[in-house]
Amino acid sequence: MANILIIGEQTDNALNAAVAKCVTCARDIDGAEIHVLLLGSSIDQAAATAASIEGVAKVLTIDAAHNANPLAAVYAPQIAEVAGGYDYVFGPSTTFGKDLVPRVAALLDVNQLSDIMEVVDARTFKRPIYAGNAITTVTVKDGYKVLATVRAASYRASGEQAAAPIEAVSTGAEIPAHSRFVSVQTGASDRPDLQTAAKVVSGGRALGSEEAFKIIYDFADKLGAGVGASRAAVDAGYVPNELQVGQTGKIIAPELYVAIGISGAIQHLTGIKDAGTIVAINKDEDAPIFEVADIGLVGDLFKVIPEIEAALGA
Amino acid sequence: MDKIIVGLKRVVDYNVRIRVKGDGSGVETDGVKMSINPFDEIALEEALRIRERGDASEVIVVSIGASDAQQQLRTGLAMGADRAILLESDTVVDPLAAAKAMLAIIEQEQPGLVILGKQAIDNDNNQTGQMLAALWNRPQATFASEVILDGDTAKVTREVDAGLETIEVDLPAVITVDLRLNEPRYVKLPDIMKAKKKPLDTKAFSELGVATDDAFSVGLYEPPAQRSKGIMVEDAAGLVAALKEKGLV
Repeated sequence: MANILIIGEQTDNALNAAVAKCVTCARDIDGAEIHVLLLGSSIDQAAATAASIEGVAKVLTIDAAHNANPLAAVYAPQIAEVAGGYDYVFGPSTTFGKDLVPRVAALLDVNQLSDIMEVVDARTFKRPIYAGNAITTVTVKDGYKVLATVRAASYRASGEQAAAPIEAVSTGAEIPAHSRFVSVQTGASDRPDLQTAAKVVSGGRALGSEEAFKIIYDFADKLGAGVGASRAAVDAGYVPNELQVGQTGKIIAPELYVAIGISGAIQHLTGIKDAGTIVAINKDEDAPIFEVADIGLVGDLFKVIPEIEAALGA
Repeated sequence: MDKIIVGLKRVVDYNVRIRVKGDGSGVETDGVKMSINPFDEIALEEALRIRERGDASEVIVVSIGASDAQQQLRTGLAMGADRAILLESDTVVDPLAAAKAMLAIIEQEQPGLVILGKQAIDNDNNQTGQMLAALWNRPQATFASEVILDGDTAKVTREVDAGLETIEVDLPAVITVDLRLNEPRYVKLPDIMKAKKKPLDTKAFSELGVATDDAFSVGLYEPPAQRSKGIMVEDAAGLVAALKEKGLV
């Protein structure tokens, strides 16, 4: 029977929501036993969350002070040692997984698939290339370990189950001293997380300034939505980089996505094409965003948004 | 430091609308404009700025691909690189083999820094830099939006999902760059003329002794599923009504 190791991601003892989506992908490999490996320091809560994901047979933890921060150069040799006994090694296509999984793959001397969006059969997978403008089907020949990142936006989270066992493991991997964590700067907010929110409101270049972007935050708060932005809005300095939605930002799949003042460059559309309903509000009736929008409204956002808020009675 | 190595990949220009060939054998590249992968251009710009500050003496651009990748190497030389190496291969080189080939060049050149784009915009793999760092047994600083060199270390700010992460790595190291690191310079005509005289060495990829495997076989290419065209509403009231109908508000 095939076995699958999923490289879990956690921050401050909270499991990343992408892990349960990787499990859904792994469950498409018929009959495989799925284990989740978590590295960190004090990760009992994250491990307990992983153990309760439907389909997980076991959670492995390497809980150590040197794993306190997610440095790929530190994590990869430990993971490579554990991964030796597995047929498949999956990680999420978050920046954590994109940084780490190729380093593990190289240590195992195998090639890697990036961004699995569909499991066709146990050896065959679909993945997007050219910013999602083409989809390829790749078959991994027998005898090779399958190393891959999973495009989380293509999958729903696996459900819950009675907790699977959690087992601490240790490795003899040498921990390099050449890479050191310094700091992380994050825009802490009470809003729903952009990557997991059911609703997301995004603003683009048309907002015109950092101050004007407040209308997006306020509208998002009224809808209970997360906030995103186009690359143009990030590059212009209206919002921090972690809000960027698109090919080089976050790939998301909310039930409702509201694009406000976003023209809809292909790189942006790549980040939202799995959304349930896309709403576009733009002054320019020829904006490409209207080609993918389920509901489109041509108008000045500064006039239309207050009207929508009033109509919602919010 | 002495040398910086930068990888340049020849890819379909980012402005070209990608079309999958009718027979599903690939994407249309005939008569299509080809360019340096945009992330690699940013990598080269960063290397040039480091050299111009006096923190490096030579910038070497390396490409892996068919002979026409010489065009992109010449563009890199015109931007200001000192010399170029083409590892010529008529077949597609996978990221692991590319990393092994880059390692072979590193062993010859002994650079203090290797700067690559975080991914190529054709296959979107986002792997080669990380694989190279692993094989070289050196640090990696991926998705860089700021690089500060300080003697034998580099402080690199990385664009991560949570925001901006800063790590410190000992040199030599591999840095892969994100979009906001810098704005690459435009090439001027006299520089294009000068670049013709700069050295460009071509080596056959097959002579590097890099082991390649045939683990992956790529089947058909297909266009992505299209979202069906939606409805246009006249005003805010119409929008709210449509959202209510779908149960979204």
